[in-house]
Amino acid sequence: MIDHWVGHHHSRLESPMFRLPAALKLGAALVIIVGTVVARPWWVGWFVGAALLLAVTVVLSRIPPLFLLKRLAWLSPLVLSVALVNAVQPAARGSWVVVAVKSTICLLTVTVVANTTPFSKILRVLRRIRVPDLLITTIALMHRYLFVLAEEAERMRRARASRTFTRRRRARWQTLSTVVGQLFVRASERAERIYDAMCARGWK
Amino acid sequence: MHIPDGFIDGKTAATTVVLSAVGVGLALRQVRRRLPPRRVPLLGLAAAFLFAAQMVNFPVAGGTSGHLVGGVLVAALLGPSAAIVVLTTVLIVQCFLFADGGVLALGANIFNMAILGAAGGYGIYRLVCAGLPGMRGRVAAIAFSAWCSTVLGSISCAGQLAWSGTVAWPAGFTAMATVHILIGIGEGLISALAFLAIQRMRPDLVNESSGPGQPGVWGEFARYGLLAALGVAVFVVPFACPWPDGLESVAAKLGFEHKATEPVLAAPASGYRVPGVHWAAGATAMAGAAGVVVVFVLALVLARSLVPEPEAHGRSNKP
Repeated sequence: MIDHWVGHHHSRLESPMFRLPAALKLGAALVIIVGTVVARPWWVGWFVGAALLLAVTVVLSRIPPLFLLKRLAWLSPLVLSVALVNAVQPAARGSWVVVAVKSTICLLTVTVVANTTPFSKILRVLRRIRVPDLLITTIALMHRYLFVLAEEAERMRRARASRTFTRRRRARWQTLSTVVGQLFVRASERAERIYDAMCARGWK
Repeated sequence: MHIPDGFIDGKTAATTVVLSAVGVGLALRQVRRRLPPRRVPLLGLAAAFLFAAQMVNFPVAGGTSGHLVGGVLVAALLGPSAAIVVLTTVLIVQCFLFADGGVLALGANIFNMAILGAAGGYGIYRLVCAGLPGMRGRVAAIAFSAWCSTVLGSISCAGQLAWSGTVAWPAGFTAMATVHILIGIGEGLISALAFLAIQRMRPDLVNESSGPGQPGVWGEFARYGLLAALGVAVFVVPFACPWPDGLESVAAKLGFEHKATEPVLAAPASGYRVPGVHWAAGATAMAGAAGVVVVFVLALVLARSLVPEPEAHGRSNKP
């Protein structure tokens, strides 16, 4: 259920893309993204090439196309607002079409890599390129407990929805923020337990 | 406010990546040095908490809903350095895992939400706390600084988009600021209420590492403040300068006036260098100042209505 709305459920899909080394995928993704971001609007060859490469990887990765389309739909309000604002007051250069093409290519690249690479492998690559340990520990812990806490938030949301019927604004804000506060308290209590468990297992 | 890839160009991405890398590096060093080991797992859990809390939607005017960013809330609970690490983690995971916010735009997003939003907001929080002692003061400070951090982040975001040539400054600024002035009210309200709820459930969590009177916090904050100011000077000041020739003089001083032939910044020049521009900019600034005062007063009223009576020692501290 949680997986459904955070949209991250294809990372265990068996596919040729899945078996490629993580460092290679991340490196290639970075090249595509950097190239796309710095590309001038008239480098049509680059955009077409990147799009073709992406199309091939999407097929190889066996990610359901509908999922990718849904993910892309999140971009549309942003692109639309850029188009809208530019209609009122044209910007210096480029147009919303360029922005739309560039952001679509980059978003697809990240989505394909994220859904064909287990997160632990991404972390291993980050460690190899010397990202500070503390940051990696924090990212790993966040990733581990992300779904736990999201589920907890969802349970609390459901409990609140089934018990509070008031339409009064003030009460609604109060319950919402109590949920947020309670979530923090539970998170920090869990952190204390995790620390004890880490110490018990010999964490320095 | 998560900028996707493709919305900002290479030079903006590079500048923001450098600024953010310096800020996050400083924050990591500070956390490693000062945070007790017992609280290290809390960083990861606080990041997971922010992610989960961002799924709790609150109603904004007109049937739309917004969600918490939570930078100031985390900064008030854990301190500015830890807040930068926590928000950076959230942004990295959102970017890699859910493609929410771009990879090259990560620098810009970290700058807007972690360095300017959380650490900058924390500076405002401490400033208000210093003037208003007691729980009432802290609640008002959180509400006000959370609003400020939301609006500041959105203005900086508009500046980055304008510098990239994606959205012209006047229109982008107006759109971003208007929307976030409203969203910021929700952010401030929910941050203050959540802070109060946490204080009722676990008062020890609230007072542990960031309570007023903690030594050395200003020194810790000063570096991030400097970074945030630097970023604002680069992204926002050239556009928001009320003098028509401000941009040119800055360009001349920095020695890149020859670049002016390239239409990088001065796109809508014909449209907005009309004679009335001095007055318009002044009016915008005045309206902005008035808005800030109104929000500050609202924050005070909120704190008064939420915190029943000032604690005895809080009152006696006041001269």
